[in-house]
Amino acid sequence: MKYRAPTSIDEAVELLSAHPGAEVFAGATDLIPQIQGGRPEPSLVVDLKRIPETVRLEAENGFWRVGAAIPAAVLTAHEGLTAAFPGLVEGAGLIGSDQIQGRATLGGNLCNASPAADSVPPLVALGAEAIIVGRGGERSAQVSEVVIGPSATSLDQSEFITEFRIPAPSRGSSDAYERFIPRTEMDIAVVGAAARIRVDGDGRCEEAAVVLAAVAPTVVEVSAASGILEGRVIPHYSGRDAFWDELGEAVVACCNPIDDKRGTAEYRRKVAQVLARRTVVTAARRARETL
Amino acid sequence: MSRTHVTCVLNGDEIDFLCNDYQTLLSALRDELGMIGTKEGCGTGDCGACSVILDGQLVCSCLVFAPEVEGRRVETIEGLAEVDHLHPLQDSFLEGAAFQCGVCTPGFLMAAKALLDRNPSPTETEVRYGVAGNLCRCTGYDKIVRSILDAAARMSDPERQKEAT
Ligand SMILES: Cc1cc2nc3c(=O)[nH]c(=O)nc-3n(C[C@H](O)[C@H](O)[C@H](O)COP(=O)(O)OP(=O)(O)OC[C@H]3O[C@@H](n4cnc5c(N)ncnc54)[C@H](O)[C@@H]3O)c2cc1C
Ligand code: FES
Ligand code: FES
Repeated sequence: MKYRAPTSIDEAVELLSAHPGAEVFAGATDLIPQIQGGRPEPSLVVDLKRIPETVRLEAENGFWRVGAAIPAAVLTAHEGLTAAFPGLVEGAGLIGSDQIQGRATLGGNLCNASPAADSVPPLVALGAEAIIVGRGGERSAQVSEVVIGPSATSLDQSEFITEFRIPAPSRGSSDAYERFIPRTEMDIAVVGAAARIRVDGDGRCEEAAVVLAAVAPTVVEVSAASGILEGRVIPHYSGRDAFWDELGEAVVACCNPIDDKRGTAEYRRKVAQVLARRTVVTAARRARETL
Repeated sequence: MSRTHVTCVLNGDEIDFLCNDYQTLLSALRDELGMIGTKEGCGTGDCGACSVILDGQLVCSCLVFAPEVEGRRVETIEGLAEVDHLHPLQDSFLEGAAFQCGVCTPGFLMAAKALLDRNPSPTETEVRYGVAGNLCRCTGYDKIVRSILDAAARMSDPERQKEAT
């Protein structure tokens, strides 16, 4: 296995086109454990971190541009990003330990294509776009379209993601992410849930997105959530409001979980409802606080 | 196969070494440079025994390819003590009996250093999260956590610092 660290997009695309067995990487926190676990080594690994576009982080013209190869520790330490997208930063801040966050990136978390990736539900809830480069030039895709199944993406072999473009939050808009694991650190989500809520001047919900992790082969959006939550003043969860039951039913309808050592399918359906409610309440509170 | 020549700053000194591209930083440190203070537990990012600080960021050296450190700054356990005295974390670990077999200790010390560099007076909870990526089979963690808190107190108390030096 050879290692190369191109310093431009063109150089990286050329390397990938010339070497069919090549694979890009950023933090290697998925790549190296998988190789250690017996997965065949790529013939060439292409380090994306020296390409300036992949490590840029800035807000411009109504968008945040977040480099796909920035380590989580840099994202969680960034005050502007944390204020804009607290839920995305919560997701990135839950990945592994401090050591793992010193390396783990949003691009790797997405393209490893695990249904339990913690930063992916917030990216989807925020309507983030992935900017993808490759032999065919540059294109963009919704983050929700990048992963097509466990360990499978829609990117071709010469393609990689340079950055995520996330619409800057409007006044009255915020997000949240929570996951459930059996201990407090160093485990993979049994269920994760992200929510983005926009409220009007009276604190009524105008738009909502709810996205779940670890309950289906890919991250799933609860598309009925917006219709159920629109027009509501979202209080703390209370069993008295019928719309919480509707939201719970919509969540369960999106779940297609498996039984494994972390939890049974039935347990995952229950936890998904609880986490969806909690993140909706948190995102709505944060959204009201921006008014 | 031709080997790759890497130049980096290791514990403040510019050094160079030869490695194979598939080698990890952990393997380059131990097998090419003879710096065996950094330990290998799992090789997959779970135990933290291999923790080093790379360009100011705490990382598992078992999850870094050796050629990646070209032009970068690497800090290992060998660079923690000053020429004539230990780092306050090392003093606290010794006095607090924060190790038994010692295999996890270099990793805990580097994780604790990264934590205190960022947050000089952490709460107990912050310390526990700060070393959540480090496993210890011997101590039961409590003495480690207390020693890190003690070092933080030492480092923020000028009197105790004078005493140490
Ligand atoms: C101990 C440990 C704990 C972990 N805990 C968690 C956790 O709690 N939650 C969680 O979600 N994950 C966890 N992970 C998994 C991993 O850390 C994350 O998925 C991380 O975000 C991967 O990012 P990376 O940059 O290290 O990926 P890499 O290993 O560099 O890459 C992963 C995959 O994505 C591809 N890739 C990387 N970047 C790009 C790009 N820009 N464009 C196209 N393809 C790309 C690579 O080819 C590779 O197939 C853990 C891993 C370890 C070792
Ligand atoms: S040896 Fe690197 S984390 Fe265990
Ligand atoms: S002292 Fe033995 S593993 Fe920690």
